[in-house]
Amino acid sequence: MTATPIDNGFKGSAARNAAARARLLRGLLPALSLALVLLAIAWLNPRAISYFGFSLMLNLAIPIALATIAQMFVIAGNELDLSIGTFVGFVGCVTATWLKDAPLIGVIILLGSIGVYALLGALIHLRNLPSIVVTLGMSFVWQGLAILFLPKPGGKAPDWLLAIMAFKPPFIPFPIIAALLIAATVHFGLMRTSYGVILRGSGGNPAALRRAGWSVLKTKIVLFSLAGLFGVLSGMALIGITTSADANIGNGYTLLAIAGVILGGGEFVGGRVSPIGAVIGALTLALAASPLLTFMHIPPDWQVAANGAILIIVLAARVLISRRER
Amino acid sequence: MASLRTLLTKPWIWSFVGALLVWLATIAFTGGYGAGGMVTAALSLAVFTVIVGVGQMFVITLGPGNVDLSLPANIGLASAVAMKVMGGSDAMIVVGLLAALACGAAIGAINYLLIWALRIPPIIATLSASFIIQSVDISYGRGLQIKPPPGFADFTNWQVLGIPVLAILTVLFTIGAAIALQRMIYGRSVLAIGQNIRAAWLAGVNVGRIRFLTYTLSGALGGIDGALLAGYFRGANVDIGNEYLLASIAVVVIGGTSVAGGKANVPGVWGAALFLVLLLTMLNTFGVSAGVRLLLTGLIIVGVITAAGGEKALR
Repeated sequence: MTATPIDNGFKGSAARNAAARARLLRGLLPALSLALVLLAIAWLNPRAISYFGFSLMLNLAIPIALATIAQMFVIAGNELDLSIGTFVGFVGCVTATWLKDAPLIGVIILLGSIGVYALLGALIHLRNLPSIVVTLGMSFVWQGLAILFLPKPGGKAPDWLLAIMAFKPPFIPFPIIAALLIAATVHFGLMRTSYGVILRGSGGNPAALRRAGWSVLKTKIVLFSLAGLFGVLSGMALIGITTSADANIGNGYTLLAIAGVILGGGEFVGGRVSPIGAVIGALTLALAASPLLTFMHIPPDWQVAANGAILIIVLAARVLISRRER
Repeated sequence: MASLRTLLTKPWIWSFVGALLVWLATIAFTGGYGAGGMVTAALSLAVFTVIVGVGQMFVITLGPGNVDLSLPANIGLASAVAMKVMGGSDAMIVVGLLAALACGAAIGAINYLLIWALRIPPIIATLSASFIIQSVDISYGRGLQIKPPPGFADFTNWQVLGIPVLAILTVLFTIGAAIALQRMIYGRSVLAIGQNIRAAWLAGVNVGRIRFLTYTLSGALGGIDGALLAGYFRGANVDIGNEYLLASIAVVVIGGTSVAGGKANVPGVWGAALFLVLLLTMLNTFGVSAGVRLLLTGLIIVGVITAAGGEKALR
């Protein structure tokens, strides 16, 4: 499902127009929720809507968006990754230790971890395993490795990474450029290339894909490797911002990433995902969870609840729209 | 011999074999020291996993996509509710337990309400619910220092001849759950829905009502578990239920329940829970660091799932 409207042509009946309008509305829902959150922030604190304000508010949105994209690839194949959070934490620990002190070993470890993701994809497909359980088990593996690499909070991000994340382009804050770049790249790769269609097809109708002569095993491996790759990018981006690491640093990302994909119009079954929507969903969650609540003087206790509430509100809106779609 | 052979064909036997092997490995390491104490400790801790595991098992049996991710948050909130209502007084134990049960059941009912009203996958519904419950718990349980009533704490730690009374009660409960699953209309309906939801509906099963009951049951068991955990560990805690997300799902799958739904196994939940607890005891006895312990726990769970997953492909 793309964020762009599907034009039904000039065939005409009023009912069809209404359905098309509902579908357009549904496609625009992620963008609308982001706009609503932005409006609320602008109303509560107009000064936040500035170059500096956005740089600050959206700082952590980059790693969240990357983790959300990672989760999106897994969900596109009808699976779910409950280990992405601890994986991001693991990558963070590697980034703040090996990648800084011995870059070559660091790179090998990170590439190896992407390889583990590829293997998981193969294992889940070949043995017909429930991805929830396998990735839940893997979440312990990543956390254990993270603690082994970095027993107590510390380490330091490599200088080049700090330089990238502190980049201050003119006029448009870096997080916004990064978000646009991530969304555009993944959208092109997954939605506009022929292999992207095959990848989504492995979630939509694996049987049809198999009969058409494509290897579902291969698509699962590719999807999981991409998830691993974006998980690595997310962990590195996170450490570039926080400058040091902690084995538990990414734990909250598992649920945030799932919420981001769903907010962005993704669905659990059928390979229906939207990269642009996922990035927008991640931005919405990043903004709503902390800046918006702070401006509304709501104690941080309720941050997590805000995520849940947004998720429920958006899903409820989706139900209302879908009802009109019929 | 023939009975042994039929026993070996049962899927749940392997979780008990695993538990036994882990136990033997540990006492071989300690030279036989603490063999009995280890069983007692394993039984006391396994109880908490079994209670939520049974709830999760009924939910998972409803079919693909059905899973209750709100259990950890639910356990955390119920532990705080129980401690607050009991207020450290022995007279309020039953009221506190009922409050925790009601709190959990309400969460389960809300979970199903979200699934039904928003027509969203249970994973997302229970996930969003757990976000909100977590915040409620953080806010409600802030600085909660209430100890459980002495009578309740003693009850959760009470042993007869080295066997925890709570474990005996839980065995009785699981026997009840097995009867409900295999011999009662409710359980048969859950299995029917898991096998083919449309066929079950056509056969006259009230699908909505059964699913509602199942999510409420899972929530209620989470609530009771929270209260018991707070009694056993002498105090409520926001994070008290965290480990039960993995544990509740893992014991169901390791215990021989099909993740595809429609095939459940109650004894396996016990075997798998004992296996997990003894595994942790073994790693602690070997003196491995926290990192290695997590790493091995994860690898063993993935390994066991991989080994057990094969039979599903045949069906």
